[in-house]
Amino acid sequence: MAQQRISAGSRVFDFFNYFLLALLALITVLPFIHVVGSSFATSAEIARTKFLLFPTEFSLQAYKYIFSTDTIFRALGVSVIVTVGGTLWSMFFSTLTAYGLSRRDLVGRRVINFLIVFTLLFNGGMIPTFLVVQQTGLLDSLWALIVPVTINAFNMIILRSFFLNLPQGLEESAKIDGANDFSILFRIVIPISLPAIATISLFYAVTYWNTYMHAILYLADADKWPVQVLLRQIVVLASGMNYDAEAYTDVPPPEVTVKMATIVVATVPVLLVYPFLQKYFAKGALLGSVKG
Amino acid sequence: METTTLTAKEEAKQVKKMKRSETWRRVKRNKMIYLMILPGLIYFLIYKYLPMYGLIISFQDYKPYLGIFGSEWVGLEHFNRLFTSSEFWMIFKNTLVLFGLQIFIYFPIPIIISLMLNEVRHSFFKRGVQTLIYIPHFMSWVVIVSISYVMLTLDGGIVNAILETLGFQKVNFLLNDDWFRPMYILQVIWREAGWGTIIFLAAITAVDPQLYEAARMDGANRFRQMWHITLPAIRNVIIVLLILKIGDVLELGFEHVYLLLNSSNRNVAEIFDTYVYVAGLQQGQFSYSTAVGFFKGAVGLVMVVFANWLAKRFNEEGIY
Repeated sequence: MAQQRISAGSRVFDFFNYFLLALLALITVLPFIHVVGSSFATSAEIARTKFLLFPTEFSLQAYKYIFSTDTIFRALGVSVIVTVGGTLWSMFFSTLTAYGLSRRDLVGRRVINFLIVFTLLFNGGMIPTFLVVQQTGLLDSLWALIVPVTINAFNMIILRSFFLNLPQGLEESAKIDGANDFSILFRIVIPISLPAIATISLFYAVTYWNTYMHAILYLADADKWPVQVLLRQIVVLASGMNYDAEAYTDVPPPEVTVKMATIVVATVPVLLVYPFLQKYFAKGALLGSVKG
Repeated sequence: METTTLTAKEEAKQVKKMKRSETWRRVKRNKMIYLMILPGLIYFLIYKYLPMYGLIISFQDYKPYLGIFGSEWVGLEHFNRLFTSSEFWMIFKNTLVLFGLQIFIYFPIPIIISLMLNEVRHSFFKRGVQTLIYIPHFMSWVVIVSISYVMLTLDGGIVNAILETLGFQKVNFLLNDDWFRPMYILQVIWREAGWGTIIFLAAITAVDPQLYEAARMDGANRFRQMWHITLPAIRNVIIVLLILKIGDVLELGFEHVYLLLNSSNRNVAEIFDTYVYVAGLQQGQFSYSTAVGFFKGAVGLVMVVFANWLAKRFNEEGIY
């Protein structure tokens, strides 16, 4: 086919389009660069040059400061436990449920699906849920960050759509060979569904790492706070401006670099898995749009 | 020979019986599958449906030591209190304004970005932009709000430093009720606009390239191609997402708003979720705050059903 003639108007269009998109991408990440850059700067340089992207004097003093107490280690430890444990826990139950509901010959499948989808449209709300968490004895335990969010209905639906699209003959032939449903799931279905399993695991992991609301709702004991709660504390510490800051007014406010470094520490794990996330997530997010 | 003598009624009975035993056989054959979904079902019953049952405390004067069965019934007292409270209209208005910002300002942005990305011919550039604009979606609200906080703060914040250098007055963004709404929607755009493009971009890939060629033959420029080909092609997706967004009318993000809320901007920032949290968990008014949450949830449910009905009326595909 002959090369299309590119009109002048089209060139102008392209120029502005590329320019605006590049600008958009830049604006999106600039705040992150500012924070990372500032976290490695000395306090003196921060005070001198206000709009800092890359420090001229490289300093680890902020990181030394935050890692000098065991507060952040404890918070990171809690977050790691909740993220790893929670992801395994959620994946286990989500996969079992999703696979079960992907079986077309299951009696009552429609009703159960509806019951699950309905929870996306309506729920009991914060207080009744809190009371259930309390009644089930989870308050002030790390389980409170995991058990009440065992299955995310969206994630479960994504997995189920994936299982629904697997070739049916596979299961049937295994069944003829005498395999039971559990061994079909664990020996055949899961191994061929690894991309979907990886996507959903990463979604769960990011959600668990970012957990904040459930921690402030269910955990009164500061030793059990995950890193997001600690970050919140350190950043608005002693400003007394937010409802939740009242308790910490007797501690002097940390330096700007310390705040920046804490943000980085709370963010880095997500950035580390980001390349893996990116490899799969578009596919995963699209599966989610397949109707239930 | 006997079957021919059966009456129609008996025959129907027989069929029903056979169907029932067939169903029973299918249930028995799948007993392991039921075992698999049982824990999931128990989870949904306990942590999703039990709280719905717990909504009845909004009609009671719930006392933790008396429990649901021992607490006194008060009818609609809490709802009356809510609707006659001077705070109700403030919260209602705040919620509605943030919802309006979400629909009219945030919602079109991912669509525009998708259209722009679709016009990019160099795939490395397209992928690069996508990689960068998806990042904030994976950051917690705490991180998003914290970064905004260190950048917007009065002393040492980069934004105020720039304003000062340019000769403007410093602005206390964080404690100013005029700045709460712009800050809220900018943070929503920052975190979600990039990620929001995924679904539109996917819908765009389904467009037949021949359509563009035909349009070019007819002399349509790039804007006209976007307007007359790309946009109509993703119309269904736009409508479905709009319905979902409308259904989320009151889900403005407890975490996000709560993190921005302070006593100086409360008059514009307090929404139903934050009000429920403060009244319920900080002040211990369980029944009253449950009533507030119930009202919010019911409005949300009505809205999503209504939006879905509306879409179907206009001959669009609904979401259920």
